[in-house]
Amino acid sequence: MAALNQDSAIRTGSTAKVLIYLLLLLFAFFYLLPLFVMGVNSVKPLSEITGGNMMALPQVWTFEPWRQAWSEAQVGVQATGLKPYFWNSIKMVVPAVFISTILGALNGYVLTKWRFRGDTILFGLMLFACFIPFQIVLIPMARMLGLFGLAGTTWGLVLVHVVYGIGFTTLYYRNYYAAFPTELVRAAQIDGAGFFQIFWRIMLPSSGPITVVSVIWQFTNIWNDFLFGASFADFSSQPMTVALNNLVQSSTGVKEYNVHFAGAILAALPTLLVYIVAGRFFVRGLMAGSVKG
Amino acid sequence: MAMPVEGDFRTRLQVWLPKLVLSPSLAMALVFVYGFILFTFYLSFSDSRILPSFGWVGLENYLKLFRLRHWETAVTNMGVFALLYMVICTAVGLALAIFFDQKIRGEGVLRPIYLYPMALSFIVTGTAWKWMLDPGIGIENTMHALGWESFAFDWIKNREYAIYTVVLAAVWQTSGFVMAMFLAGLRGIDNEILKAAQIDGASNWNLYWRIIIPQLRPAFLSAFVILAHLAIKTYDLVIALTGGGPGRATELPATFMYSYTFTRNQMGIGAASATIMLMTIAAIMVPYLYSELRDRR
Repeated sequence: MAALNQDSAIRTGSTAKVLIYLLLLLFAFFYLLPLFVMGVNSVKPLSEITGGNMMALPQVWTFEPWRQAWSEAQVGVQATGLKPYFWNSIKMVVPAVFISTILGALNGYVLTKWRFRGDTILFGLMLFACFIPFQIVLIPMARMLGLFGLAGTTWGLVLVHVVYGIGFTTLYYRNYYAAFPTELVRAAQIDGAGFFQIFWRIMLPSSGPITVVSVIWQFTNIWNDFLFGASFADFSSQPMTVALNNLVQSSTGVKEYNVHFAGAILAALPTLLVYIVAGRFFVRGLMAGSVKG
Repeated sequence: MAMPVEGDFRTRLQVWLPKLVLSPSLAMALVFVYGFILFTFYLSFSDSRILPSFGWVGLENYLKLFRLRHWETAVTNMGVFALLYMVICTAVGLALAIFFDQKIRGEGVLRPIYLYPMALSFIVTGTAWKWMLDPGIGIENTMHALGWESFAFDWIKNREYAIYTVVLAAVWQTSGFVMAMFLAGLRGIDNEILKAAQIDGASNWNLYWRIIIPQLRPAFLSAFVILAHLAIKTYDLVIALTGGGPGRATELPATFMYSYTFTRNQMGIGAASATIMLMTIAAIMVPYLYSELRDRR
């Protein structure tokens, strides 16, 4: 992202500048509004929401909605809160991110340092997998998971996310390793280092930045997935996004908006934290996924 | 060629190892992507209902699909949604990027604010906007509470306008990202050319219109490809925001496919709709990926 910090040669008049600042602030307001609304209304009693003003600060502060969203609210049939689903998501995300990142690193290494005829076509085939509408694989995937006894399990979801995630991780590592001097690899080879030795000793130690990008991208994507979770999981493995949707859409009883908002923040918290801590890398991941190379 | 057998094996292993390491990923792609695509493609010509079945019915599913009002609604909505979403995201993204390019103070604070929605799940975005747009407790109610009694904003409950609320939430989520793409493009432009044009007396408007924006072609292309593919894949946002309603007012092909396949037991028709979605995305992605990967060589 070094490119983002270059100064431009454009000079702007001061009236125009005031206008620009106003517009920029207006947009900041637009982007922050939903977060503000969720935050403020998650610490209000329900009566203040239904009877009053969504933008107002709470008159009575309460963390009850948070407690309910986490451990008591009715999600689907059971009144378990979102807690078990949060852990389902963690149990799914961690192995899926780990496996897809390792595979992506190995693939990227092969595709740049051990090139062979037709490797670009193979990479293209893997990359296209990232962009397919997943509706096209839902039916056979449901069959396949059933055949392997993985239907409704966390491991089934891990498999699905690895399969459809390696295209991106391979892309990241391939673009990154392409800039890594191949002479170093050849020199190590002449010194007798093998395929895996070169990978462990030479490639991986210098892969820090791209690994952060890959891990963040995969973590965000898999945590935020809804379609696969809704299609292939049951109550023992449903991820957070599916549970949140069930919580919000449940038609029985009073709509507890404050609990919904607290739940939404809980579902957003992990990826939001990652973004706050490592936003720079998050943006880089986004850009690498769009502007190849 | 009398090489020791063991050494020969090691050398051969080293030759094959890279391909061996690549093969699991490749096998997964072949089975889970291309094999599955063929499977679904076949099902779209079959008499599948609740479960996959392999009786051949030719084009019947496609003919039925094109006669369905439900599908027509989904496709029309897709057209409206995709067009507005892509145009507005590009316009907002480009405008914000150009604003940031005017030596703005506080860019470091503002940029993350514009981009954080991209880190959220569409389900979270949908939930937040669902209640904000709800006339009973959201913006309309707030305006009434503030004293503006005649204020009405009930698009999300209105069959005519509900699709625009999906556009609004989707633009909220991705326009910051488009801004970052254009900003990277803008900052990559050679300042010397701009300075030369300034000396020749070019106005800012001319600089942007004649020199800068034409140079952003690659960023426009990437933005188009990313937004088009996101638009066609839009599913979770609609589920969380409107559930496809009111009525069927915000159904999209993705929600259509899901309900026909898994709740209406019309798997053949569902498979046909999925095939059409894939074709649409492939028509955009295949040429793009082809040109991107070929340029590299």
